[in-house]
Amino acid sequence: MLSDKNILNPHNWVGAHADYLYAYTRARINDEEQARDLVQETFLAALEKIGVFEGRSSERTWLTAILRNKIIDVYRKRSSGLRSVEVKQAEEEQADFFDHEYGHWNSEPAPKPFGIDEYEPLRSKEFDHILTLCLGKLPALWMSVFTMKHLDDESTEAICSELKLTSSNFWVIIHRAKLNLRACLQKNWI
Amino acid sequence: MEAMKKITHNCKHATYLIEKKLIGRLTLRERIFLRIHLFGCGVCRLYQSQTQKINTMIRQLLHVSSVQNAGLDENFKKELQERIEDELNKN
Repeated sequence: MLSDKNILNPHNWVGAHADYLYAYTRARINDEEQARDLVQETFLAALEKIGVFEGRSSERTWLTAILRNKIIDVYRKRSSGLRSVEVKQAEEEQADFFDHEYGHWNSEPAPKPFGIDEYEPLRSKEFDHILTLCLGKLPALWMSVFTMKHLDDESTEAICSELKLTSSNFWVIIHRAKLNLRACLQKNWI
Repeated sequence: MEAMKKITHNCKHATYLIEKKLIGRLTLRERIFLRIHLFGCGVCRLYQSQTQKINTMIRQLLHVSSVQNAGLDENFKKELQERIEDELNKN
């Protein structure tokens, strides 16, 4: 039925969707300027695709899908420099976590009980602050993998194919990211 | 003894398997490795409980910040809508 179809109204796009699309982007891209650019590019790309909009999804869903592809492009660029400087630095941080013979924890960086262990409500401003700080230290590629997994609940297979990672690459990234993150939290917990 | 030590002393591999188990599936061989290792390694048991909590916290933080993020400033939006109108007028 024609009347059930969704229609596009570009004259009202910014007012209706810009803030939503921007928030969506900022949750996934930790860079205000890049996020603004992505929102702008999304609208411009959408204008070119108006003719192929079939009205099966809502305007917002359609725009979000265009944006999502652009975000994945950004992630993909990050993963193309798999051995980037920031990844090397992050790997160096954990070089001495384990002994080199068997892989046993070295005593200084080994997990010790800290605030997190008896912390039950799991939410506080201070904790969010420390967690944000520690997440911010992770290489962008590692963070992309976290975001796709924990915010978008994507399957491991989908993440690997979108970022062009092998599954062993994927597990190594998750492992390394968590080692650094946990160590950072232990070190900075007040 | 040496073969056993490769399991009981390899916390690096054990923590890798802990992460894999949290969001994926272990093979039989990996499950056996991890079970033997955790039986004797209190530090990795602690790691396991901490890293699980960290996952929950990351999840909460990401979802909250996706709702709370500040919007765009009004000037940017105004210019953006104007740009869209320009493009529409071209066609």
